[in-house]
Amino acid sequence: MSTKPFEPNPYLPEYLQKLEVERAEAALALSRRAFIKVTGLAGGGLVLAMSMGPGARTALAQTKSPAAETTLNPYVQIRPDNTIVLYAKNPEVGQGVKTSLPMIVAEELDADWSKVEVRQAVIDAKLYGPQVAGGSTSTPTNWDPLRKAGATARAMLVAAAAKTWNVPAAELATENNVVRHAKSNRSATYGELAEVAATLPVPDAATVQLKPRSSYRLLGKRITGVDNPKIVTGQPLFGIDYRVPGMVFATFTKAPAIGARVKSANLDEIKKLRGVKDAFIVGQQGDHVGFSPGAPALGSGVAILASSTWSAMQAKKQLKVTWDETDASSDSWTDFRAQAKTFAAKPAAAQVLGQAGDVDGAFAAGKTLEAMYTYHYVSHADLEPQNTTAWFRGDSIEIWTPSQTPQAAVDAVASLLGLPKDKVTLHQLRGGGGFGRRLANDAVCEAAAISKQAGGIPVKVQWMREDDMTFDYYRPGGFHSFKASVDKAGKLSAWQGHFITVSRDGKAPMTAANIAPTEFPANVIGNQRMLQSLISSRIPTGPWRAPGSNAIAFAVQSFLHECAVAAKRDHLEFLLEVMGEPRFTVADNLRALHTGRAANVIKTVAERSGWGRDMPKGSALGLAFHFSHAGHFAEVAEVSVDANKKVRVHKVWVVADIGPIVNLSGAENQCQGSVVDAVSTAMGLRITFEKGRVEQTNFDKYPLVRIDKAPEVDVHFVESSYPPTGCGEPAFPPAAPAIANAIFTATGQRVRTLPFSAEGYTL
Amino acid sequence: MLSLNVNGQTLEVGDDVDPKTPLLWVLRDSLGLVGTKYGCGVGQCSACTVHLNGVAIQSCQVPAESAVGQRITTIEGLSAPGATLTAVQQAWIEEDVPQCGYCQAGQIMRATALLARVPKPTDEQIDNDMAANICRCGTYTRIRKAIHSAAAKIAKTGGAS
Repeated sequence: MSTKPFEPNPYLPEYLQKLEVERAEAALALSRRAFIKVTGLAGGGLVLAMSMGPGARTALAQTKSPAAETTLNPYVQIRPDNTIVLYAKNPEVGQGVKTSLPMIVAEELDADWSKVEVRQAVIDAKLYGPQVAGGSTSTPTNWDPLRKAGATARAMLVAAAAKTWNVPAAELATENNVVRHAKSNRSATYGELAEVAATLPVPDAATVQLKPRSSYRLLGKRITGVDNPKIVTGQPLFGIDYRVPGMVFATFTKAPAIGARVKSANLDEIKKLRGVKDAFIVGQQGDHVGFSPGAPALGSGVAILASSTWSAMQAKKQLKVTWDETDASSDSWTDFRAQAKTFAAKPAAAQVLGQAGDVDGAFAAGKTLEAMYTYHYVSHADLEPQNTTAWFRGDSIEIWTPSQTPQAAVDAVASLLGLPKDKVTLHQLRGGGGFGRRLANDAVCEAAAISKQAGGIPVKVQWMREDDMTFDYYRPGGFHSFKASVDKAGKLSAWQGHFITVSRDGKAPMTAANIAPTEFPANVIGNQRMLQSLISSRIPTGPWRAPGSNAIAFAVQSFLHECAVAAKRDHLEFLLEVMGEPRFTVADNLRALHTGRAANVIKTVAERSGWGRDMPKGSALGLAFHFSHAGHFAEVAEVSVDANKKVRVHKVWVVADIGPIVNLSGAENQCQGSVVDAVSTAMGLRITFEKGRVEQTNFDKYPLVRIDKAPEVDVHFVESSYPPTGCGEPAFPPAAPAIANAIFTATGQRVRTLPFSAEGYTL
Repeated sequence: MLSLNVNGQTLEVGDDVDPKTPLLWVLRDSLGLVGTKYGCGVGQCSACTVHLNGVAIQSCQVPAESAVGQRITTIEGLSAPGATLTAVQQAWIEEDVPQCGYCQAGQIMRATALLARVPKPTDEQIDNDMAANICRCGTYTRIRKAIHSAAAKIAKTGGAS
């Protein structure tokens, strides 16, 4: 099997695609570079040599080991007591990489996991390459570099034992932090060997031997999260928990109409309130409506600094601002719907994104059907509202934040404050949920600007829930109008999708509001056409768990079921037929949809869920498949619906092919959580806006699913020898259409709107 | 000056703090007990759950002054630092419940109060209590499993949680 150079996931916004490519390239470069130039220092410590550049040395000074720790590479330190420190490079926002990425290193190192301590790595591209939590890319892009980091360190420890005992390295075996020589019945711990190991040449990462999967001891097991002991005892861990001595607490108030600017505010009154230390207007800088994590993103607003979060929040309630709405959004969802209807009626006027075959001929020869799907905007609703602590010190700034794009955050702040990048130090903290919201660094920019404007005091900017819900880079709402035909044999003969989406400039869709011209099923059938129309909007959009896919899968997989129904075919059989012969849909691209892998997960989920079995009246199974983030996911939902449209999602079966599993517990948790998230979002979540003002402000109007309505989730990973892919997102998209298809089968009613509550269905 | 009984200790809160400040913010900002979390501020998500005399309450809805003279327990006080974790805390680790982990202090506090009242809860009893708490990551399957597992642990050790 040949592999092509790395190709980014086309569903990702351009920014993340670029980041993906850079990151894949840097990871390759790092694996060549980082382990080669290592120089021993007196005292047992090690630093990476000059080739890493001054930034790397500064960063290493921060992680500088006490004399007791020997550094074998940026990921591995070993202590004389035979415990190991592994560095987790990427932001942790609940996707589990702080546990799973070090597990990859530990596997190749033959480390005893019970003797491993995981630490968050410093933010430094020179040491770690791209550090980002987005696009379900952590596992695929770090798989090789991290295995090599572990294997290289292991080889150095083996070489140290070989040298010490004067035996061939080939006769040595490793297991659980110990090197053994069976012939002479000698053994030594990694702790005993580390100092010698660090003085030996670093093996070439390109040729270092990696374990066959059959001999894995750790990968594929269920390992509990490394931060769990701190989480269950309430230790400080998250962005909101961070304290700096002398720190003040700040709120920041932006306009209800997105994009409006402060004209004036009752600052004198605010400053007199209990606990308030300062209040001032912050001017707009950069473009905070467009999603651009590495650029300054500072909206116009009012900062209130106080001695406690509560004082700042109370004062915020007394704030009276006059807004200049010249540049503000006046968008209305009601109006968007009306525009979409008009666009849908005139497909001939739409832009043609792609087409193949003879669509119109097939339509004329077959039985056609049409339908229009609608999906609302949704908010990320991270349970930890956005926050950042910043301390501007004249010629430098220090930042503590749970950003999903910490390196981009450094760029944004440097540019915002006019500082060189090396004067911006960012500390990565755990994020209470991400889902894509923390890819944007608007809260980071606010904290940096406010700390500076306040005269260089440490400030924690804490958003209230209302701030978080009314200013977000939302999952864009949109519309999808379809026409398809089935031929006399009941086969899907042509497919036309008319994607009606939002655009800020009237030329291209906004971030995460785009569709690939080859979006399924365009990439598997001969006669297809993809059209696009644009609605003008200024409501900010951004990546939201499984960007694009999270709504597109609902529309496509529901309409495909409509086609199966029109053809009077079993949905399972119809879906498998659409997939056709096993093949990659992009030649030789291991990250592309493979119809054979798709068919395999579809068949397996049918078996596991008992597809075709008799169901009680009002109950049904629904099926859907979606490929995203290089993961193949098929899901079946068991649903019952009563006469009042009350829905119960009893169980969802998930079958996935994402290659080998790193942490089975983490992977299952992501799938379970994605399905629950999808039930929430499909059933009842929507953000609406009128006159540019978002209408939902807190959880009372944004009903996230609770335990009593959460379905049972059965997760199964098929064995596959493809490279591993990420798991934080791709389980989400198929759940909504699986539920909608089940509702149709149970009731004969087709739901064509996300959330279903817009059509009267409730949980 | 407010005097609060938190985790078995008497802690003083300075006069600069408005006595009507919700207990949540006194715990977090004045006393530095940041395990209790802010999620919504309006009594919707229960990330701020603590015990008042053993009963699970939303600390964002309780003025600090009304907690004077009552026994307040936070996530930090469930087990002493370095001591054995409670059955609920252990079950949370063994079942690997957390994803982001932000809501879990609140979940653990409510689950602990539930088990103190109902030692062997049914799924329905779990739903009735735990539906007060939102987990944005959707770890509900594991929360349920961990509560059952903790109940079994407590039964085995004769009631000590």
